[in-house]
Amino acid sequence: MAAVYWKELADYCGSWRFFGLVIVVGLVSMFAAYVASETVRDSIATNPTEAQFLRVFSAEGKSLPSFLWFVSLFGPLIGIIFGFDAVNSERNRGTLSRVLSQPIYRDAVINGKFLAGLTVIAIMTAGVFLMVSALAVRQFGITPDSSEIARLICFYVGTVIYLAFWLGLGLLCSVFFRQPAVSALVPIALWLFMTFFISMIATFAAETQHPVNQYSTLDDWRKHDNVELTVKRVSPVNLYFEGSEFLLDPSRRSLESFGVAVAQITDPESYGVFGYTTVSLTQSLKLIWPHIVVLIGLTGICFAASYIRFVKEEIRAT
Amino acid sequence: MDKAVIETVDLTKVYGNVTAVDRLNLTVGQGEIFGFLGPNGAGKTTTILMLLGLTEPTSGTARVGGFDPAREPLKVKRVAGYLPENVGFYSDLTARQNLRYIAELNGLRRKDAEAMIAEALEAVGLADVADKEVGKFSKGMKQRLGIADVLIKNPRLVILDEPTTGIDPEGVRHILDLIVSMAHDRGITVVLSSHLLHQVQEICDRVGIIFKGRMVAQGSIRELGMAMTGENPVVIEAEVTEMKPGLVRAIESLEGVRGVEVRDRVLTVRSDRDVRGEISRAAAEQGVLLMGLRTQDYGLEDIYLKYFREG
Repeated sequence: MAAVYWKELADYCGSWRFFGLVIVVGLVSMFAAYVASETVRDSIATNPTEAQFLRVFSAEGKSLPSFLWFVSLFGPLIGIIFGFDAVNSERNRGTLSRVLSQPIYRDAVINGKFLAGLTVIAIMTAGVFLMVSALAVRQFGITPDSSEIARLICFYVGTVIYLAFWLGLGLLCSVFFRQPAVSALVPIALWLFMTFFISMIATFAAETQHPVNQYSTLDDWRKHDNVELTVKRVSPVNLYFEGSEFLLDPSRRSLESFGVAVAQITDPESYGVFGYTTVSLTQSLKLIWPHIVVLIGLTGICFAASYIRFVKEEIRAT
Repeated sequence: MDKAVIETVDLTKVYGNVTAVDRLNLTVGQGEIFGFLGPNGAGKTTTILMLLGLTEPTSGTARVGGFDPAREPLKVKRVAGYLPENVGFYSDLTARQNLRYIAELNGLRRKDAEAMIAEALEAVGLADVADKEVGKFSKGMKQRLGIADVLIKNPRLVILDEPTTGIDPEGVRHILDLIVSMAHDRGITVVLSSHLLHQVQEICDRVGIIFKGRMVAQGSIRELGMAMTGENPVVIEAEVTEMKPGLVRAIESLEGVRGVEVRDRVLTVRSDRDVRGEISRAAAEQGVLLMGLRTQDYGLEDIYLKYFREG
């Protein structure tokens, strides 16, 4: 398997697609971080509270979305781009049957490819994170404290897991579909669905289940909101986004986004009017544990399915 | 025949309701070049895939190099090299890098691998383009690189699936020479699947003819030819300077002759035995000069066509 891994790694790193991606990802993330830093600069001046450093990753600009938003939306494309033609391009080139007639286990091929892709993604993500952090340090002259670093590392691991899911999905499609065009379009369609359409469906479901209007009670709003959230959570994109928000913002302490606002109004004692109480990293992790488990599970399912299919398949050189 | 390197017993592969390979019994001995013949879609490639453990047989068993490919595919792949039809290489890597990858997959140590690669490239005459990208290779060169590829693992057995399809005559010549030298100089058993009969006839010690998934004949070309003439009479062609009715009558009266056909100055004689001597005497007695006299040999093509018509 080591042979496959190193060969694939060398292939990825030497490919044009890698160069292109590195440039695009680098530019986009720097841009997002720069925009966020402008926002954060203002809020540091007025409200020098904890965890400002992490806000570089999650803060939105005046008209531009946050770094986290970029990653959750376009990160999947990176995974798909690395995975979608992993197996079928070898099949079409006729190298697959040559490789598989060597004395190696079949799963070595698929394991090697997945791990190589994962390594490239992990390195790329690490580079981007370091770049953004460096920019933040330069812009504000603030350094992250240990808890912020710990949160950042968790966010990094989460991001890699999230991208690994999309890589696994791409790999799955490359095992199932012979045509690279199909194996690229199917995961992209899924990505579109998971990012854009699921929100519409969630809104629709919430409207039909618990319609609200200006006379609705807080409780109705809350129910309405919960339905929407639940439906949204079907999508790994939203799972990742939500989970990351908790990691990057220690002040968030309830999975019901609406709940916090409600509690602030109904129970100002514990929240304070401008409530800013933070929770520890362990608490945040506990809150989003289901998110992490589901993401890992989904990755595992994709990987296992491609694995089973590939090992049982007949490899013909045509 | 020495110890069998390949032996199959009632090997069968069924896809849905199509039987691709039907109770195939095949034996290939150590060091021989075995021609595996059949039209497209006869089940040649499916059989090969089963021999290498790349697909599982529906029923029946195979032993390759002493191992069962369905149970111990890795051991089979260690001793058997396979050159698939339409072999592919990583076109952005050089010939040497492509072979290096295969050497690594075979677990060769780097130092041994480099020596093996150099030797294999030398053997197939690609040493001078070893560091050129394979994408720039011609089809013939790729096929030769494919042969170098199977030599890397120092196999006991090599299976070549249509190695000469779509290659120019000179390239074919080169590849056939390589195959022969592989068998004779290195003692490698070669199984050559093809539908190009002339090439097979030229280099194979034995052939097996597969048709609609069944092995219809197996043996040396001579044996198969004799099997055919056993059922059919000897056919003799005689060309004379002048056709005389007396000559025809004389030949017809010979013992064992079944019929004589006359076309211009050529007589085609069907007989139960070889009557060439009598024909030449009859011609002399009639005062006719013989320009040619030969028995019709059964080439592989005739053998092949015969089984097709029967099939």
